[in-house]
Parts: sequence; structure tokens; C-alpha cells
Amino acid sequence: MRVMVIVKATQDSEAGVMPSKELVTAMGNYNEELVKAGIMLAGDGLKPSSQGKRVRFTGTKRTVIDGPFAETKELIAGYWMWQVRSMEEAVEWLKRCPNPMPGESEVEIRPVYEMTDFGENFTPEAREKEERLRKNIAAKK
Amino acid sequence: MAATEIHRTIETVWRIESARVIAGLTRIVRDVGVAEELAQDALLIALQKWPETGIPDNPGAWLMGTAKHRAVDYLRRGTLADRKNEDLGREMVEKEMQVPDLAAAMDDTIGDDMLRLVFIACHPVLSTEAQVALTLRLLGGLTTDEIARAYLLPEATIAQRIVRAKRGLSEARAPFEVPRGEDFKARLSSVLQVIYLIFNEGYSASSGDDWMRPALCEDALRLGRILAELVPNEAEAHGLVALMELQASRTKARVGPAGEPILLMEQDRAKWDGLLIQRGLAALARAEKVSAEPGPYVIQAEIAACHARARTADETDWLRIAALYGQLAQISPSPVIELNRAVAVSMASGPAEGLELVDRLQNEPALRSYHLLPSVRGDFLKKLGRLEEARAEFERAASMTRNSQEQALLRERARECSDS
Repeated sequence: MRVMVIVKATQDSEAGVMPSKELVTAMGNYNEELVKAGIMLAGDGLKPSSQGKRVRFTGTKRTVIDGPFAETKELIAGYWMWQVRSMEEAVEWLKRCPNPMPGESEVEIRPVYEMTDFGENFTPEAREKEERLRKNIAAKK
Repeated sequence: MAATEIHRTIETVWRIESARVIAGLTRIVRDVGVAEELAQDALLIALQKWPETGIPDNPGAWLMGTAKHRAVDYLRRGTLADRKNEDLGREMVEKEMQVPDLAAAMDDTIGDDMLRLVFIACHPVLSTEAQVALTLRLLGGLTTDEIARAYLLPEATIAQRIVRAKRGLSEARAPFEVPRGEDFKARLSSVLQVIYLIFNEGYSASSGDDWMRPALCEDALRLGRILAELVPNEAEAHGLVALMELQASRTKARVGPAGEPILLMEQDRAKWDGLLIQRGLAALARAEKVSAEPGPYVIQAEIAACHARARTADETDWLRIAALYGQLAQISPSPVIELNRAVAVSMASGPAEGLELVDRLQNEPALRSYHLLPSVRGDFLKKLGRLEEARAEFERAASMTRNSQEQALLRERARECSDS
């Protein structure tokens, strides 16, 4: 499964404070571990929301809003895409991440929708088929 | 944390760490089967202790440390004749324990140990089936049950396979080492083959109702990426990663709503996974940087890249693809590659020329039960308007595949010929 790992913004990140040399090194090592384990697909840091824009949709109307945006804790400062076997694995890897911010910070893990999450592939028939398959395997034991 | 939750966390830690722990132990006890047992002992101790003490800050180092103590005990229990082994083992452990920056020091040898583990799991004394099972188990961290499910086999079969494989390695006294020189290339190529086999079993399942088992593709991709980092100067390792990333990028597009396969040229390219394409192209660039002489995986990745770069099916550079198949056929001549070349040639220069190439393959013993031969031939005949012959070929192809989804597709194509 694929997960997006979202680093939440802080006052520092929103102020464009650059990470310390130590943090850059620690993060570099951590990223290397992720690559060696074959789970990191992509990742980037984001510039403060002062350099961002929003487009608000109201019916057919579009309004462009310039950053910065107020709700710091809701903003994001960076992300990774990981390929893991389970949510637990993602949590375990994330626990090993150096604190991405000076002080307190929060990083969120969100699973990406997979093929099996929608469409015909997970209709009752497909589920039934899987069940049948499992029973077949069990019967062979 | 609730007890079940702690157990699940421990299992996860184990999955992440087991390959490294087993690799480190094998270096000490020189037997991968014994190493796995000792590592399992460490896991059992963790399962007993951690629910009370909480999970240590560095669970990997804890598991490794505990397992190494078990290894020393194991060697101590050995006979007098093994006395030397014990000293050697203890010395190794003590040396490692003394290094001030243990983690950093271990990291250096861990890479080597992991690579040794890769090579021993794919050792030539083992059958391909055993290599696959052992690689998934030791390097992929999959349980026997998970491997059994992925291959739709009873768990007991896989368990047997793994037990026998470990015994085989022990009896053959397979050395825990990275082979050198000429040997290295040959052994690496069998490692790559094992990983690609796993990928293909997931990408076009040879049996069962589902045409694809994406989890198996993901496991293979992960193994490939790990390997490429272990041997960063081997172009073919990057080539294999590139090939798998590019093929996996089409996963969502190659299955229809009822689970039926959709052929490459008919896929909705908007469903191709841009991230994987980008990764595939990057891996290919890395391969080309390492070596100017492309091997079979790099060439296959280049072919996949031709498709990935074409925004629409019409934009496909078939001339280049036909040339790449020609290049591939020169390095590793095979009727299957020739069949693929025929398809590319037909796309570049028309079905008549493709048919000519395919007809030369009719008596190839290797293709006697290969359903894609009549399927491709049927396709050319259909394009040439020879519908009755085409229908017969599609029917023949359908009777040759075991996959029910593919069978349905081929029968449908046969029907199309009678309808028009």
C-alpha cells in the first residue's frame, strides 16, 4: 500500500526558518534509510504558505486567495510518499524519523486509495471470490 | 498500549529488522537456518518482555543484541571441535560491542551481510522455487502463510520448501559470502531473475481467478530497490528496478472493471502512475550512467520507457522498440523475444511483415505451449482480414492458458472474428 506522510507546518516553518545543519544531516540519513529499505517513493519540503495561493470554488465562481494562510497547524510543510505493507509499518518507520521541526511538531500518515478500494474490483462478487479462494487454500492444507 | 496492539507493533518491528538480524547472525553462526531460529528466539523474548517493559527506543539494536547473545550461547553449546567457532563468534560480538558508535559501525557491515543474505537465498544448489520462497521469507520478511497466499499454495507446501531449502544450504555448506569476479555476474543474474519472477507472478498471475496480485509486485519492487542500493554500481540491478517500476506504473490501467485484462495499446494512459514512471525513468538513467553497455534488463526497461514516454498509443516509437528487441535478441536469443520483435515490427511496418516473422517461430519447441504465439498470430491475421484463420488462432490460444481472465479475453476476440 501507499501512504502519504504529511509534515505539519509550525510557526518556524511558516516563517521560513531553515533547518539546522544537524537536522539536515539527520534527515539526510533518515531518508537514506528509507531508500535502502525500498519504501521511499518521493518526498519534498514545501515553502511557507506566504508563497502559496489558493483557489476557492463557489459553484461556478473561482476566487484566488494569496498566502500566507492563518491556520498554521492545518498547513503542511512537507510530504513523503511511501510504499509500505501496512499502516503499522508506516507508523514504525515514522517513529524513527528525527523531529522535523525545532520544538513540537506533528506528522500525519494517510493511506492512498488503492485499486481495490473502489469500483467493480471490490464488489460483493469480488469479495465472495476472495473468500472462496481462501477456503480453497484452507481445504488444501 | 493494549497487548494485541503491542504484539502487532512487535511483529512490524520484526518485519523491518528481521533481514538485518538474520544476516548479522548468519555471519556469526555460518548457517542461515540456525540464524533464523536464533533470530526467532530473540523475537520470542521480545514478545515476552516488551509488553511489560515497553518497546525499546531502538528496537532493531535490541533485537540484534539479544540475538547475538543467543548466537554466542549457541556456539558455546557446540562440541569441542567447534571450540574455534565459539571463540571466533564471541570475539566478533565483543569487538562490535566495544565500538563506541555501534550503530554506525554496524551499518557498514550490515550492507555486506544483507548482500550475502541475498546471494545465499538465491544459491545455485537451490531450485528456483526454493530461491523464491527463501528470498521472500528472509529478505522480504514475509511469513510462510503470506507466501502461501501469494502463490495460492497450501502453507505446508511453502513451509516444506523453506525447510528443505535451508537444509540444502546447510548440507552443501554454502558459504555466506559475496561471490567474486565472473561468479559474481552469474550469481547476480540469478538474483535478478528471482526478483523478476516474483514480480511477474504478481503482474500476470499464472494461475487463479485474478490476473494480477499487486501486493506481490510491490514486494518484488521493494526487493529490487533494496538490491539496487546494495550494488549501486551494477547497471542491471537498476535496469530491473526501472523495468518493474515502469511496468507497475500501468497496474491501474491494465485491468477492466470486471477484472479483465486490458492490452497495452488500449489502456487509458491517464491511469498510468506518473510517480512510478518518473521513478522508472530515473532508475534507467542511473543504469545508463553506470554502464554504457546495456544488459537484458536495461534494454527491456528501455522498451518499457518507449511506451511510458508516448502520450498516446499512436505516438509509440515502434521502430526504436523493434530495434531494441533486435538488440535484446542478440544478447540473449530467445523465441519469446523474437515474438515480441514481430509485434513491434508489425506495428512499425505492418502486419504482413510481422506475420512473416511469427511464421518462422511456428515450430519452435519452446513456444509449443505458449498461448501468446497463437494470440499474436491471430492478431496479425485479423488485421490482414483473414478472419477464419484468426478465429482459430484465438481459440487455440484460449485453450492454452490457465488464467480464466485471459481465457475470456481470447474467446471474446475469437467471437469478434466470426461476427464481422
